[in-house]
Amino acid sequence: MMSNILIIAEHNGKELNSSTAKCVTCAKKIHPDSIDVVVLAADSHQIATEAAALEGVSKVIRVDHPVNEYPLAATLAPQIIELANKYTHILGPSTTFGRDLMPRVAALLGVGQLSDIMGVENAYRFKRPIYAGNVIVTVEAPSDRILIATIRSASFAASEQTGNAIIEKYSINVDLPKHTSFLDLRSDSGSSRPDLQTATKVVSGGRALGSKDNFDLIYELADVIGGAVGASRAAVDSGYVGNDLQVGQTGKIIAPDLYIALGISGAIQHLTGMKDSGTIVAINKDEDAPIFEIADFGLVEDLFTAIPDLIAALEK
Amino acid sequence: MKILIPLKRVIDYNVRVRINPDGSGVVRDGVKMSINPFDEIALEEALRIKERGEATEIIVITIGTQENQQQLRTGLAMGADRAILIETSEELEPLTIARALKVLIDREDPQLVIMGKQAIDSDNNQTGQMLAGLWNRPQATFVSELTLSEGTATAVREVDAGLEVIKVKLPAVITSDLRLNEPRYVKLPEIMKAKKKPLDTIPFSELGMTPETQFSIVSIETPPKRPKGIMVENVSELAKALQDRGLI
Repeated sequence: MMSNILIIAEHNGKELNSSTAKCVTCAKKIHPDSIDVVVLAADSHQIATEAAALEGVSKVIRVDHPVNEYPLAATLAPQIIELANKYTHILGPSTTFGRDLMPRVAALLGVGQLSDIMGVENAYRFKRPIYAGNVIVTVEAPSDRILIATIRSASFAASEQTGNAIIEKYSINVDLPKHTSFLDLRSDSGSSRPDLQTATKVVSGGRALGSKDNFDLIYELADVIGGAVGASRAAVDSGYVGNDLQVGQTGKIIAPDLYIALGISGAIQHLTGMKDSGTIVAINKDEDAPIFEIADFGLVEDLFTAIPDLIAALEK
Repeated sequence: MKILIPLKRVIDYNVRVRINPDGSGVVRDGVKMSINPFDEIALEEALRIKERGEATEIIVITIGTQENQQQLRTGLAMGADRAILIETSEELEPLTIARALKVLIDREDPQLVIMGKQAIDSDNNQTGQMLAGLWNRPQATFVSELTLSEGTATAVREVDAGLEVIKVKLPAVITSDLRLNEPRYVKLPEIMKAKKKPLDTIPFSELGMTPETQFSIVSIETPPKRPKGIMVENVSELAKALQDRGLI
């Protein structure tokens, strides 16, 4: 059976998001006849070039339009529908971008969606987590209709940048809704630190830090090891950092090589966001903290002595 | 202005979910069931909108068996005005749920539908977006702040890059994130009062549509456990372990 896959590129208007390269890896596991990537942007030149370099991509479709300056699901979805009939699968990342957009695409096509694919058995059989990752189901989709799915980024490595796909421009002729408008994006990140979603090392802090000022210790350690900064929901709720640093079921789901959890007790919803990490380190004053159950290395100690000591030890 | 709040009955978030010994699904017998926490936040938001004088009626709605009355009664006790149970014993997929809700929208003509961004059982995160698509109306998903003004809603959305602010014309579908609000506790007198509030049952078959099952579950399993780690005695032991592994 032929399969032709379309991947919806995620980007910030300038650069491709790494979630797209992970979707390509997932798509390759389906062994399709072709993998196309569509970039919907105001000016997609640079993003399309990055997408064309991803190994496995056959073609990049550029849809440049002023309304695509911001990723609004209501305006993007009808454009994707225009392209849909050539494909057996349409994949998007299971990031807030893809989670917002893909179900709307599915509904407009009159089909269901498979969310958070974490493993590929064959072109229509996939594994996905439910109950916050405490249960894994293998699900079969019908092969006689288009499959819309989102891809769990933490489960796939990024595709290599050794490809050289062709790039085509496409203009969409469809009426787009005007009922939704973008006003603003407020962001805490934008620093010189590695991006939380793609970093190989992450240092995360929890409520035990006690204040926004104390959270500087987390930044300090992250800078010493060249890692990104993350936080538990409790730390975000307490206002120590912005929501874009939250790791967990309702925040980012990540799998760095090294995850250091500092003063994080390990609520199930936090574990969901990081339990696939390569090596997990936990430091907590409470020896009964659930985080120790999944930690490779655990240390029961007060953060305010342990973190400065660790910084000193690593700087040596 | 009318607000529609779809609620899902789910296994309570405090329950440690287990798989049936025969692998046919998860254990539900004797397990505490609750309103999906994100849906409870959605209802709380609607109640606050009504308390500010910006809405006149709040309808809670759920799809399932008669057991779902329990969650609807909780919704009424929190302050919803009336409840609708669409009765079916079938497990429905999000697209069918969205289609059923669309039928209710056509009957009730609400200006706002507020619902949880996802249910904590199936974790699909689809129904609100699908409903907005079928309805051909705006969607504001993962919302942590909502303001209404003259036929529009301004929503602060929790997205990966930070906080995105969008403005949508009503009617619209809003899906709630955790930080939108903290739902109120229900007091006993309200539970008593809620028993007198209207709760209508509509058989699913009366909606004029057939449920469609697209996906089938092949197998269900517990994720592999991480091997047991080690407890180190002090920071220098930890630093050495990380260096030995080549991680630092």
